[in-house]
Amino acid sequence: MSRVAEFIFRRRGRSGWHWTDVFTWVWLIGGLFIMFGPAVWLVGSSFKSPAALAEFPPTIMPYVTQKATVEGYDKPLDLYEVTMPDGSKTVLAEVRRIGIVSQMVSPDKPTEIVKVKIAERTPVRTMSFATSNYSEPFTHFDFVRYLWNSVFVTVTATLITLIVNSMAAFALSKYEFRGRTFAMLLILATLMVPLSVIMVPLYSIVSALGLFNNLWGVILPTVATPTGVFILRQYMLTIPDELIDAARMDKASEWQIYWRIILPLTAPALAVLAIFSVVWRWNDFLWPLIVLSRKELYTLQVGLSIYSGELNVQWHFILAMTVVTMIPVVLVFIFLQRFITTGIAGTGLK
Amino acid sequence: MKKTKTMLAALAVGLLTSTAAMAGDVRIMWYSDGVEGEVLKDLLDRFMKENPGINVILDNVSYSVVKEQLPVQLEAGNGPDIARVTNLKAQSQHWLDLRPLVADAAYWDENFGGQADWMRPDGSNQISGFMTQITIAGGFANKTLFDQAGVAIPGKDATWDDWAKAAKQVAENQQVPFPMALDRSGHRLSGPNLAYGGNYISADGKPAPLDEGSKNFLKTFVGWVADGTMSKDVWVSAAGSTYRAAADDFINGQLVYYYSGSWQVPNFSTKIGTNFDWVATGSPCGPANCTGMTGGAGLVAVKYTKNPNEVAKVMDYLASEPIVKEFSERTLFLPAHKGVLAKALDFKTDDAQAKAALNAFVEASKTLSDEARKLPGWLWSDAVYGALVTRVSQAAAGEMTVDEAFARIDSDIATKVKDTGN
Amino acid sequence: MKADVPKGTGSSLGEAAMAPVRLAMAAIDAPLRWVQRRLGIGGMATFFLLPNMLIFGVFVLLPFFINFAYSMTGGTALFLPDRSFVGGEQYARLFDCANYTDPNSCAEDTFWTAVGNTAWFVLLQVSLMILFSLITALILNRELMARSFWRAVFFFPVLLSPVVVGLIWKWILQRQGLLNFGLYGLGFDPYTWLNDRNWSFAATVGVSIWAHMGFYTLILLAGLQAIPKDLYEAAEMDGTRPARAFWRITLPLLMPNLLVVIVLVLIRAVQIFDEVYVLTGGGPGTSTLYITQYIYETGFATQLRNPGLAAAASILMGAVLVVLTLVQLGLGRKGEKKGARK
Repeated sequence: MSRVAEFIFRRRGRSGWHWTDVFTWVWLIGGLFIMFGPAVWLVGSSFKSPAALAEFPPTIMPYVTQKATVEGYDKPLDLYEVTMPDGSKTVLAEVRRIGIVSQMVSPDKPTEIVKVKIAERTPVRTMSFATSNYSEPFTHFDFVRYLWNSVFVTVTATLITLIVNSMAAFALSKYEFRGRTFAMLLILATLMVPLSVIMVPLYSIVSALGLFNNLWGVILPTVATPTGVFILRQYMLTIPDELIDAARMDKASEWQIYWRIILPLTAPALAVLAIFSVVWRWNDFLWPLIVLSRKELYTLQVGLSIYSGELNVQWHFILAMTVVTMIPVVLVFIFLQRFITTGIAGTGLK
Repeated sequence: MKKTKTMLAALAVGLLTSTAAMAGDVRIMWYSDGVEGEVLKDLLDRFMKENPGINVILDNVSYSVVKEQLPVQLEAGNGPDIARVTNLKAQSQHWLDLRPLVADAAYWDENFGGQADWMRPDGSNQISGFMTQITIAGGFANKTLFDQAGVAIPGKDATWDDWAKAAKQVAENQQVPFPMALDRSGHRLSGPNLAYGGNYISADGKPAPLDEGSKNFLKTFVGWVADGTMSKDVWVSAAGSTYRAAADDFINGQLVYYYSGSWQVPNFSTKIGTNFDWVATGSPCGPANCTGMTGGAGLVAVKYTKNPNEVAKVMDYLASEPIVKEFSERTLFLPAHKGVLAKALDFKTDDAQAKAALNAFVEASKTLSDEARKLPGWLWSDAVYGALVTRVSQAAAGEMTVDEAFARIDSDIATKVKDTGN
Repeated sequence: MKADVPKGTGSSLGEAAMAPVRLAMAAIDAPLRWVQRRLGIGGMATFFLLPNMLIFGVFVLLPFFINFAYSMTGGTALFLPDRSFVGGEQYARLFDCANYTDPNSCAEDTFWTAVGNTAWFVLLQVSLMILFSLITALILNRELMARSFWRAVFFFPVLLSPVVVGLIWKWILQRQGLLNFGLYGLGFDPYTWLNDRNWSFAATVGVSIWAHMGFYTLILLAGLQAIPKDLYEAAEMDGTRPARAFWRITLPLLMPNLLVVIVLVLIRAVQIFDEVYVLTGGGPGTSTLYITQYIYETGFATQLRNPGLAAAASILMGAVLVVLTLVQLGLGRKGEKKGARK
């Protein structure tokens, strides 16, 4: 294995670096920042208060103004660093602000009011995680229910997709029959029309079948993915026909050929499709939004959309819930990725 | 075959679980801009305690569901029992007439009569529902920036030109990027249009071609965008008629004068806090008058409900004076209820600026022109707003001249009218 | 050849994920043998195709044909029975132009603007997407430290929903965004990237590549890893240079996967919608207004909708895509056959 890799991008000598080695690491490190950076920032932002979210210049981590309890005042006061007339800097607490003049006290001498122009003070900031972005939605958000609906939709749709698509791909790649090209073209043709375009006709069908406000109304229209058939078929084309002929001579039924020979050999492609199906179905938004308008049927994606109003969007909740909905997908990926590795390595040896 | 059978069986099971509405169930489709969903839930919980036979289910949705999905459901004869909707007039054929169902129709007429026409088919006396809140378009000024620049905030009768001049002065003095901003919305643009003497409605009730008044303001507006007086950002930030607000710039203190509306008050109160002082200033004047625009969201009953009597009970409860009062005070919304408006409202906020701003908007509601009051209940408002936003933003982006934009606005609206077959 | 196939590829996904289904699969073999005796081997193809085509027919094909019917009707009603037949009027309206090179001379000027924008977008996005995912796949195919980690890095954005992708990048690129913050730190003035026609267009291309590159990289990587290593060893013994080996071995054997990728990238590029809708909304002006957004807004998202016009536009888009795909498949057929029979 390593010999081959070295052969493709051979290093000029053990100690030296070939340009492809440099390029590889530049690409990888650059990729790390560009691919992960935005996500890190997303997670950091999900802990910001609504005011901090709208702030310029933005910060990576959430900050708020530090507060201090000062004797003689009921509420904690905001702390500011103030440039005094003599140029020295000191930390004062703001009592109130009138126009552009701020009345401040020193936390040590609570009785002595100092008047400061607001241009001459900057808030003392401290890192603080607005965990209420997470905890509040959980209280008025039937999270467990939404999670269950999402899991049900995702798992069911993915299983049906894998079985149904692989059967069709098997037929389309390993049998000669009349209309094969036509069937393939039909499937390809429907790749051409995105959901956002056929929503109204699809809605009439789903509602005529009584699948409106029903999780199956979300699952069924998505399972016969043309993309899945396409990927699997292309992969199955690479499986030698001799294998099937040999099996037929051993009196294997067509079902056994599909189940015992084709499916295991297609495992890498199936794993890829499984991951994508999970990701697609988990992130499906537009269609569930149309079909599911009852809260007991909401999936997570539909659930978190309720924070988008007409005139105002409650970004702090949306961000936090986005992070929460991302966790299961990431877990599934980390788990399935092992299977891809072994699957690909397995076929790589053939 | 077996797989297909299993699937059909599963399908049948699925069908059974999605049973039709249970007797006594009332579903409300509701979207939220802020805390109103929680307040409503609280009020409904109380209602259900008093009326054990009625189970009210609150389906919180995003506004896009109300705007895009609900119409599809309604045309199919589906939908919730009650919905919070902004597109009230155009869908009025789907609303339930509550007149024979409510306890006291006279109460409804007296307190919600002013907006009843916004949500019923033309020419009927139907009671479809009531406005959960009234919105008034108007301006906000960053008082701290004015103070720092030493510029006086223009007075009550100040014109759009006065505001533009003052805001520009402040922005230059304070090194702030945006003197003025106006939401990307045809509704917002219509306030100044009317103040400049514009009128959209022709004698036969259909849309009239753009008149001189509207053209004058739109020309001024595009000019302001070009010379940087008016923030370009929000106007070029989308194609089509998508709504965009410039609220974030105002919250950040990057904007001197922001023309938006009463619904921003709770938003500003939480996000600006004590960072700077801000005031609501009503609508600036044009050559014709000093009007803003009005509008709002209504709670309406849907005709396709299986439980009209229960629906009427819920509506009666939510429209009752103490409930409307409590709802408005807790959400910081301006109520539509005449009786509630007549008495003083005690808005539940300890932010004095927010209280003052809300009262300023109550005040501003009195200077609305007749056209402004008519537009929310006019069938073609959305066609006009959509065309205005689409084309004015293209002119603002420099894709077409103002005159080309005017021609396109007229032809867009004419096509819409023709499409509808009226 | 047969002897080389490991039985069921022991640890692969097939066994692990479908273990509960396995018993059922074996149990239905007997009845299926009976079916096979009745239908013959060729008939079994129909059996394998049936479930997929059934679901497909009801939920994908049927709406597709209904959509075609829509394009022949007028009015604002949403459901077909309430709509009036107008024949080719909607198509005529789309093609009503004084001068076909100038979108502004057309009755539906936004449609043609969207068509032009989409064409540029597809050209740029497809070529860059394939270039980037091929480079990434080749790099990930090398002997690397923590290879699965690096693969995850490039795959990660695929896990995000398009709406989230749009939002993240909007927050990075907007005036008070992260990018300006970084540039501000380096002494540059803040710039509103998304209000600049060219930057905004570049952003839609870049973000869509960012979001989907991992998907195609994975497909290409699977293809690269399936290339028999002895071919390279043989080439090495013949003294073939690496660059030549790439052109003579890697690329031809990668052809089936590359073809899948090219076709999928192209189709997805023409249909670009969600992330751009969130990111730029089609702005500034109409400079990133792409065809699906036009269709969505015309037929669905505006208060006075015109589903007939939207359907006509979508049929035209579909027709263009079918032609493009057929051309590609025709061109790629040779390579595919070569790859398939090796």
